[in-house]
Amino acid sequence: MRAYKVLESCKRDSTDLCEYMIRREIRVSGVSRERIIERFEKMLDTMEAAAKHALDAPLKSVSGITGGDAYRYNEYIKSRGSLMGDIPAAAIAYALSGAETNASMGRIVACPTAGSCGIVPAAILATARARNLPRETVIRALIVSGLVGLIIADNACLVGAEGGCQAECGSAAAMAAAAVCYMLGGDNDACFHAGAIAIKNVLGLVCDPVGGLVEIPCIKRNAGGVVNALTSADLALAGVKSYIPFDEVVDAMKSVGDALPAKLKETALGGLADTASGRELKNMVFGQD
Amino acid sequence: MSDYSLFDIVGPVMIGPSSSHTAGAARLGKTAARLVDGDIVEVKMILHGSFAATHKGHGTDKALLAGLMGLSPDDEGIKSAFEIAKKRGLQYSFTCEDSGRHHPNTVKFIIKTSPGETHEITGSSTGGGRIIISTVDGLELNFTGERNMLVTRHKDTPGVISHITALLYEYRVNIGNMNVSRNRDDGIAGMYMETDNQLDTELIEKIRQVPGVLEARQLTALYDGGGV
Ligand code: SF4
Repeated sequence: MRAYKVLESCKRDSTDLCEYMIRREIRVSGVSRERIIERFEKMLDTMEAAAKHALDAPLKSVSGITGGDAYRYNEYIKSRGSLMGDIPAAAIAYALSGAETNASMGRIVACPTAGSCGIVPAAILATARARNLPRETVIRALIVSGLVGLIIADNACLVGAEGGCQAECGSAAAMAAAAVCYMLGGDNDACFHAGAIAIKNVLGLVCDPVGGLVEIPCIKRNAGGVVNALTSADLALAGVKSYIPFDEVVDAMKSVGDALPAKLKETALGGLADTASGRELKNMVFGQD
Repeated sequence: MSDYSLFDIVGPVMIGPSSSHTAGAARLGKTAARLVDGDIVEVKMILHGSFAATHKGHGTDKALLAGLMGLSPDDEGIKSAFEIAKKRGLQYSFTCEDSGRHHPNTVKFIIKTSPGETHEITGSSTGGGRIIISTVDGLELNFTGERNMLVTRHKDTPGVISHITALLYEYRVNIGNMNVSRNRDDGIAGMYMETDNQLDTELIEKIRQVPGVLEARQLTALYDGGGV
């Protein structure tokens, strides 16, 4: 699947990205529209719970090395106000909460992966809350995020072990950017510009989790990822276009991912994982090598 | 045309932190438990590759055990799997082995059931929460849990299998993968057959009545696409 083809087909049928994706899913997996929406309802419930789960009290990860930052940040914005506007501040809190819920063995929705699970829900939920958008719009936006992720999966990949973190947190940011753009009335083209910009912002980002655990730097990359998504959506809504079209950006992500050495693809042998502090933290969890 | 479903991208609903090391592990445990008959009283789990290296930090051990006790990848009970096993009196142990021959995320279950049987099941987590069961009691399989499976044990004599497949044809059930094990000294063969549709109870009852069939049961598809 390619973005340009999706756009052509939407134009021909005068339909939008969400409707395109629902029809395609019905065709491919033979499930009914109602069943698709029902499954998204269930996933949205889980996403909402995870986005708030770590806000009211510090939540530790299972390994014990991280946690409590969602709570810390949320207290800070409540008492002092964020440097940023309401939407990015809430989105950062939600993204941290989602990622910390994941690291604490709580229930989340992989979107597209568990490591990047905070980004899409945070962007969509923070925007919907601030702009009073109905739940139906939130679900439609989630479906649009799935369409963007599917195109990336088809032409590059969505996992750190294959493509680096650009493929996880970068893809999640692209999915979220397109979804937010869609929710706020951006047209089909604008949604893909938003997605393209988000990937470009983190092209080449490596996957280097300390000790191989989905915690450092993953949790904070969810916070960075959601702001990237909102920035990209904002630009696209303003009419800013990506000079490089979405499909070509995805191809670039693929070739950059292929060129990354194995030690920067989830093996925990390079990048932050291979720093003095990274190794020390690893030893705290797994004992001395 | 792409093979992906929307639910491969958004989903599954799962307990963190890793789709391959936690959700996949729970699915492996659950599938292994469904493949054996009878209550599980003891299980040894031998971890390979990256399962062995990082299972502690990813809760792989808890997820495997939780799955064996029937918990799904999205069950919050996974976190307390050790306590639940203790309460149920289920004996378990983990050992790490680096054989390097298998897929990086591989586990071998050695399962003892209350009828006193021992089963060996090997499987791998292949990413995104997907799994493959590669051997059951020495028989090589390629079972993903994404489709329905018919499991039989029958006397290793001519005609039994063709009788079963004729019944499936009669009910218009399409067969996907099929594996037969006959490496038992006791003249008993096992058959594992993936089917496109779910078999109804009447058909399963008829299969049980085929001369030579000792046991027949269906494992329904564990999940459809990503959403558990
Ligand atoms: S650093 Fe690696 S494990 Fe962590 S979120 Fe990024 S891709 Fe996933």
